[in-house]
Amino acid sequence: MTAVAVKPATMAQALTRALRDAMTDDPSVHVMGEDVGTLGGVFRITDGLAKEFGEDRCTDTPLAEAGILGTAVGMAMYGLRPVVEMQFDAFAYPAFEQLVSHVAKMRNRTRGRMPLPLTIRIPYGGGIGGVEHHSDASEAYYMATPGLHVVTPATVADAYGLLRASIASDDPVVFLEPKRLYWSKDTWNPEQPTAVEPIGRAVVRRSGRSATLITYGPSLPVCMEAAEAAQAEGWDLEVVDLRSLVPFDDETVCASVRRTGRAVVVHESGGFGGPGGEIAARVTERCFHHLEAPVLRVAGFDLPYPPPMLERHHLPGVDRILDAVGRLQWEAES
Amino acid sequence: MTVMEQRGAYRPTPPPAWQPRTDPAPLLPDAEPYRVLGTQAAAKADPDLLRRLYAELVKGRRYNAQATALTKQGRLAVYPSSTGQEACEVAAALVLQEQDWLFPSYRDTLAVVARGVDPVEALTLLRGDWHTGYDPYEHRVAPLSTPLATQLPHAVGLAHAARLKGDDVVALAMVGDGGTSEGDFHEALNFAAVWQAPVVFLVQNNGFAISVPLAKQTAAPSLAHKAVGYGMPGRLVDGNDAAAVHEVLADAVRRARAGGGPTLVEAITYRVDAHTNADDATRYRGDSEVETWRAHDPIALLERELTGRGLLDEAGVESARQHAETMAAGLRARMNQDAELDPMDLFTHVYAEPTPQLLEQREQLRAELAAEAESEGARP
Repeated sequence: MTAVAVKPATMAQALTRALRDAMTDDPSVHVMGEDVGTLGGVFRITDGLAKEFGEDRCTDTPLAEAGILGTAVGMAMYGLRPVVEMQFDAFAYPAFEQLVSHVAKMRNRTRGRMPLPLTIRIPYGGGIGGVEHHSDASEAYYMATPGLHVVTPATVADAYGLLRASIASDDPVVFLEPKRLYWSKDTWNPEQPTAVEPIGRAVVRRSGRSATLITYGPSLPVCMEAAEAAQAEGWDLEVVDLRSLVPFDDETVCASVRRTGRAVVVHESGGFGGPGGEIAARVTERCFHHLEAPVLRVAGFDLPYPPPMLERHHLPGVDRILDAVGRLQWEAES
Repeated sequence: MTVMEQRGAYRPTPPPAWQPRTDPAPLLPDAEPYRVLGTQAAAKADPDLLRRLYAELVKGRRYNAQATALTKQGRLAVYPSSTGQEACEVAAALVLQEQDWLFPSYRDTLAVVARGVDPVEALTLLRGDWHTGYDPYEHRVAPLSTPLATQLPHAVGLAHAARLKGDDVVALAMVGDGGTSEGDFHEALNFAAVWQAPVVFLVQNNGFAISVPLAKQTAAPSLAHKAVGYGMPGRLVDGNDAAAVHEVLADAVRRARAGGGPTLVEAITYRVDAHTNADDATRYRGDSEVETWRAHDPIALLERELTGRGLLDEAGVESARQHAETMAAGLRARMNQDAELDPMDLFTHVYAEPTPQLLEQREQLRAELAAEAESEGARP
């Protein structure tokens, strides 16, 4: 058996590969959005697809997000499997009515007769020095909408596996791509892409005994860094990568918290009304007697996304995470 | 050549070489709404079609009356009537072939029924036992759309998908005058024209968006004129003239089917009833206006034409009335039965597979229902 050469690849490359493989395997997969054709998308995720599959399969649309998603709904009604690209997080908002009133509800409205298998790819989150309207952590809006799956990869391999699973899903998936991880590299073999990952399963990225960091998407590398730094303080942190916000994997999260007895939720989205509140409540409801301290949140501040020169003060960083870990009532242990 | 390549190239050129991409003149609507009944064009109309339209209009009027009565009796939660607009509703259904698709708004249950959907299933939304009562794929009728104009881009996408697959399918999408102010109306027309999708947009200009008259809705010369800005033809038609609406829509469907792209049709009509049973129209319009429109009633117009030309006699009128009564009696009997409800259905069709959270919530409701049944059983 020959060893497979595993070279570093970027998340962007893995996403492109996932789209290409999905289009190759299934002629009903159509990619559509602004600049996705000739240009290959502003982040080049659809690079080469129009050339390889033709403009009918990878289509530059007019600049109108409600129209893009609304026509994608009609295409899905007719048996196609559209993959829509929203150019940036904040540019997806014009499509919100189509998403909430039709995409999320069509299966339910029609008693399962008209499911909509479509994937909405949204580059999201900050950390790339974008000017306003280019850095929103918008996941809470989508999480609050029953009928949608909300998926976000944090690793190169997951970018491939989760996007393949999202496109294959018979339910609509909001696929949130952490844009500051587009260029992150990992050892991943593009010739033998990883298996399609099931949607709805979290994964323990780092085992530890002291406390659990619960995170996803753009905040995973920050949490991994924080866990390394915490060793110097004598804390052995476990890191759980949710991968899927809807469905939510209570089982993996609670198993971890029951082991460690302490938890901090970390995300870029604002804390008030953000995912962390829901996660903290779920953990508390299920693991109360295992908890040594209240579940804490390290989130973005509750303010409009800051201008690029100030964003580092807003985003959860290693120090803020370690501060939170330090507030997990360790006094009782000593 | 792919579907998308058929659009041709357009690159900007600096003045004075710049040229408009298309000549706008052929896209403009006629100055007057197109009419057939009572004009010379009526002589060319197919008598069998006119008689069929008449029977359907009479049935449609009776359907509107029956649904309104069911609302007063508490059998429907609400009913947005299309009384006075039956010509548009019926013609929209009749111009389509079996493989075509209809995209209705909530006021268009009559068109849905005329397309062949069981009226009880068409009224499910308004009865309130579920949202969409019919299988959209059975008669190729999209769910009734309550958010205004949001169904229009669906029609464009579906028609586009069918064209990509090489299928002979036309989509006809219905919207009201108020809906033309929505962004989705604009985006749908734009996408349809850019993609040359086989779609027909039928705007029923019935004068009011609930209480707001057209003058407060738009400053356009007519709603049909909006087509020109998108590069598609706009047609203006007398929406109470069933023969005219049928002809204009049939032309537009034929054009779409032949690869000619989308058409916007504005039908001038009038909402004789209030917005719904819950609305009070006397707050925003006078009786004399309604009476003017009653004189231009779609059934009366067609009946006058048919009887004047000897195509319909008293027996024919009576026969149409009888058929309508039979339909109404059947609908009344079936709607007077209580709907069968299963609360467990709430969780069945949220996702293909319920999430772990929904499974927990389903068990919670199941336990609540069991406790409820037990306590009811314990009562003397």
